[in-house]
Amino acid sequence: MSLAARVVPCLDIKDGRVVKGVRFQGLRDAGDPVECAALYEAQGADEIVLLDVSATPEGRGHGLGTVRRVRSVLSIPLTVGGGVRGADDAGTLLEAGADKVGVNTAAVTRPALVAEIADRYGAQCTVLAVDAAATGQGWEVVVESGRRRTGIDVIEWCEKATAIGAGEILLTSWDRDGTGDGYDLALVEAVSSAVSVPVIASGGANTADHLAQALKSGASAALVASILHDGHTTVADLKHELASAGILVRP
Amino acid sequence: MSQVVMVPTGTANVASVSAAFRRLGAELITATGPGHVSDAAGVVLPGVGAFGAAMARVDALGLRPALRNRIEQGRPTLVVCVGMQLLCRDSEESPGADGLGTIDLTVTRFQGSVRVPQLGWNRVEPGPGSRLLQGGWAYFANSYRMSRVPEGWAGATTEYGGKFVSALERGDILACQFHPELSGAWGASLLGRWLDTTREAA
Repeated sequence: MSLAARVVPCLDIKDGRVVKGVRFQGLRDAGDPVECAALYEAQGADEIVLLDVSATPEGRGHGLGTVRRVRSVLSIPLTVGGGVRGADDAGTLLEAGADKVGVNTAAVTRPALVAEIADRYGAQCTVLAVDAAATGQGWEVVVESGRRRTGIDVIEWCEKATAIGAGEILLTSWDRDGTGDGYDLALVEAVSSAVSVPVIASGGANTADHLAQALKSGASAALVASILHDGHTTVADLKHELASAGILVRP
Repeated sequence: MSQVVMVPTGTANVASVSAAFRRLGAELITATGPGHVSDAAGVVLPGVGAFGAAMARVDALGLRPALRNRIEQGRPTLVVCVGMQLLCRDSEESPGADGLGTIDLTVTRFQGSVRVPQLGWNRVEPGPGSRLLQGGWAYFANSYRMSRVPEGWAGATTEYGGKFVSALERGDILACQFHPELSGAWGASLLGRWLDTTREAA
């Protein structure tokens, strides 16, 4: 198999700007989305994720203008999530320039949403975004940018959603998000072995070694945010180190 | 700015295809009818979603004969992802749905232990006779594929649970299982070489 492991920069968007916090809170400004996306593509990013972190709590839809502006410069795939409540919302994002659409809170509330998007646009553009919090015995799904714990088991939710059409899982450890403590490898391994679709590991990356561990734990892609926005490293440096660790990456 | 006529098979990747062509100085316009498809210097069949649904859209617009003729004549036509699969007779994805039938093969699902859909970057290796295709990394988003290069076509192959056909060309027809519009600078240069064939044909 020669499919390369992916390094995926994530831009959390609020009011048209890139922001980053710790466990989804205490957001700080990290730049212009178009400039960030173009920079990361030039550094060798394999795709870009845009998440409208303000979409759910404030109950409003996505900044379509941001999606259009990023699309116009970007020649790699673009995944957009945040505030998708119906298949029409997904269609609007795809028309604006998204290649894949992430669903999170609304799918937990109404799982049929996953099937509706997959049936209309295909599993390959239906991404299930899952925010997972450790419980001691396993992980439970948290929604509304981490504000509400649901009691739903993460593994069961991932199995159910992929059975009805989710083509990829964007798996974020709520406990590790923005901390730099490394991905929750047990979570990555548990979900990757439970489903047959690709899994993107997210939450906690601080070093290339963290990425390598997640990719060796079964993830097909590793999401990075803070370490790039803060200028601690570049996508090119991360991929160079991954290649040195024996992981196949796109040069 | 040159124009390329797009056959509308659904919304999913139109914005990305359109943006990629705009960066190359070409405008994507939607086909208004069979005459439009027959007369255009270049036609794109983007295609995302299911085989049967995409073919049903082509038929609802009455574009099947015009598309078939263009492809038989080798006139500049770009078919992407499911668009490439529509060249075949049929697909495991949508039993009972007839493709364009230019290629007498059935499209099949990925086999073995690989994750499906294939989402990500994989190596494209052109075979003998390739003119537009060059080796490189391309972005794929597919669960189904053609498993062998049909006679009369130059092909490129890629490895994912066994070799599959990642691209085909014949005359000025370019068929890509990957998404050239999402394949970075490598994809843009491939689109540029195909666009040149439309400019020569104009």
